[in-house]
Amino acid sequence: MAHLSKGKLVAVIGDEDTCTGFLLGGIGEINNKRQTNFMVVEKETAVHEIEECFKNFIARTDIAIILINQNIAEHIRHLLDSHTDPVPSVLEIPSKDSPYDPSKDSILRRAKGMFSAEDFR
Amino acid sequence: MSKDRIAVFPSRMALTTMKIRLKGAQKGHSLLKKKADALTLKFRQILGKIIENKTLMGEAMKLASLSLAEAKFAMGDISHNVLQNVTKAQTKVRSKKENVAGVNLPVFEHYTDGADTYELTGLSRGGQQIDRLKKNYAKAIELLVELASLQTSFITLDEVIKITNRRVNAIEHVIIPRIENTISYITTELDEREREEFYRLKKIQEKKKKIKAKEELRRKQRQAQGDYGDSRNLIADDVDEDLLFDS
Repeated sequence: MAHLSKGKLVAVIGDEDTCTGFLLGGIGEINNKRQTNFMVVEKETAVHEIEECFKNFIARTDIAIILINQNIAEHIRHLLDSHTDPVPSVLEIPSKDSPYDPSKDSILRRAKGMFSAEDFR
Repeated sequence: MSKDRIAVFPSRMALTTMKIRLKGAQKGHSLLKKKADALTLKFRQILGKIIENKTLMGEAMKLASLSLAEAKFAMGDISHNVLQNVTKAQTKVRSKKENVAGVNLPVFEHYTDGADTYELTGLSRGGQQIDRLKKNYAKAIELLVELASLQTSFITLDEVIKITNRRVNAIEHVIIPRIENTISYITTELDEREREEFYRLKKIQEKKKKIKAKEELRRKQRQAQGDYGDSRNLIADDVDEDLLFDS
């Protein structure tokens, strides 16, 4: 925890609209190496590019939270499942055109069996 | 029974040490169990909060997306403008630590500083929509940060609970039985030794009795033959018995 007192960043991997929204919310940053803390995923973006970006975000020490659209998270589910460290924490968020499905969430799947299905309604 | 025990020499001292160790293990077991219970309690609370927040987040994101669509309708596509004009983050998170039963849980806290990069976005048209959009997304971020800290706590606690339970079970099912085995081994061994000692003493006594009886018999026989042996000269001072220090 070298950056304990320093503020940490929130990173976004998502479609154009999600990124736009969160950037307007004021989380975007470009560091000295011209690295952004967000990634816009288009339809034609290759899966390995997303993987690369996700790994990159995880390796960065100044990122505390990674927000990722759930439909994109589905593509790199294996990476999400293998990421077990508490920091940075990966949050799956619904995107504009796909509603949130709790049964796909890596965290909630880990918690499966600890709560009943009615809790979601 | 003797298959699983600590390799010690069966002595009374080892027995005492084992008893102390057993007591320590039992104390540790109860303490760890209490810790596990406290952690599980917190864990359940967090789980409930996560589920609650996830549904809230769905609502917030819906609202935010809707306002984004509104803004787009009012002022055309602004995405490129926004995506290109990134400089410094206005909203950041700070991590604090919360202590639950000796476990440090990271808690994120968001804060804003610095100027708004997109102050002038939507100046020409759609300013109101942009404003609402910003507010909605800021709210969503706030919620997401909270959710992230809950999730982080969840993962950390999950790990810690697993470790604690493993320890509790190890003490309960491995360490305590082993110590108990050792104690019973030492006790049986000591008892055995005591019985052996008793038997040995009895045997010696018996043997001594036999020898004494034999000697008595021989003396009697000699007396009957009129042989009193050489009676001792009481005046002669050839053997001086040491009274104080018998060798």
